[in-house]
Amino acid sequence: MDTCIEKIRAIGADLLAEGTVEKVIGFANGSIPMATRPVALTSEKDMDKLVFNSVCGLNLANYVSKNSLSKKEGKIAVVAKGCDARNLVTHIVENQISRDQIYIIGVPCTGMVDKRKIAALFEDEITGFEEDNDTLTVSSPSKTETVKKSDVLRHNCRVCTHRNPPVYDVMAGEPVEEQTLDQPYEDVDQIAAMDPDARWAYFEKLTENCIRCYACRNACPLCYCPTCFVDESGPQWVGKGQNETDVTTFHFLRAFHCAGRCTDCGACVEACPMGINVRDFTRKLNKDALELFGWEAGLDLDKRPPLDVYSPNDPNDFIK
Amino acid sequence: MMGNLLEQMGVDRDRIHFSWISSAEATKFVDVVKEISDKVRALGPNKKFVKDYIK
Ligand code: SF4
Ligand code: SF4
Ligand code: SF4
Repeated sequence: MDTCIEKIRAIGADLLAEGTVEKVIGFANGSIPMATRPVALTSEKDMDKLVFNSVCGLNLANYVSKNSLSKKEGKIAVVAKGCDARNLVTHIVENQISRDQIYIIGVPCTGMVDKRKIAALFEDEITGFEEDNDTLTVSSPSKTETVKKSDVLRHNCRVCTHRNPPVYDVMAGEPVEEQTLDQPYEDVDQIAAMDPDARWAYFEKLTENCIRCYACRNACPLCYCPTCFVDESGPQWVGKGQNETDVTTFHFLRAFHCAGRCTDCGACVEACPMGINVRDFTRKLNKDALELFGWEAGLDLDKRPPLDVYSPNDPNDFIK
Repeated sequence: MMGNLLEQMGVDRDRIHFSWISSAEATKFVDVVKEISDKVRALGPNKKFVKDYIK
């Protein structure tokens, strides 16, 4: 399958050989099937370590910032799907990095798969994963299953309307067709249709298994605060245990800190060991950002995010 | 957006109020506080986002 990987490797090798960039951040195979991990490579000889497939669900924009570029580092190339590129744009807009510090290797994206959905087809451990365009062949010691990639896409990829990076330095392939959706926020609307107590119960149930590991926060490129509000101890904003109210407070605030910034990349959900769809929180904010401000994060280097600027047209009928 | 997310999470909308009151607007302050108290009283005691210390 052409996953653009040959092109990505060639571009990366050229950039390193020319000295245009100091390192290339991309995906490499993980230690188990159906897993990839982010890598930063500094030598063109290592380019064959790079992979790009349907299990590159993390967001590589997360590995350039965390204030690392404020230190004097050389230019970094980043392999970027649509959503990674949007988060890089968000980093630039939020002054975490400057445009000339990164080199975006854009990859037209056909979506990432929901590993839990695939794992659910098996009772034992998955030992093999191959893909050929839309056909995935997954095997375990007991059986081999062939599934269509389109049937096991992650929810955020199913509803993604920005598969091609909006900003890039070079593209590693021909742009893919973007989809238009009649009801982009069906999931949010379904929750909104419940009565308040049912909604409360829905979110309590959603987060009941949360172990407060903060993998969702750590995987998110937006969460670059040097000290997160959940880690602060003076003052302590929120209890650190598994009390329901503390868990809900954590989720509410983590999501709200992403208001008008979230690209629905799904890295948070990808990272959660408990399979919690924390996007149920951020999706509501994304929907509001779109409906109230006509805003989708990370599309434009020259526009300020809605919660960052005042405009006389801002909706204000909620203020008495 | 914060109010909307709280509402989506099941908090009653009438418990969430935003207002912009200058220090010179004493009467407005009184009116707003009265309105909030009335609305919240109508809803009764809140059971969400509350920590139960006595177990
Ligand atoms: S959200 Fe869009 S760009 Fe990101 S992985 Fe999914 S399909 Fe690709
Ligand atoms: S909150 Fe989740 S979906 Fe949104 S940008 Fe962060 S990791 Fe991506
Ligand atoms: S990654 Fe999952 S379990 Fe961990 S804090 Fe986030 S929601 Fe909770």
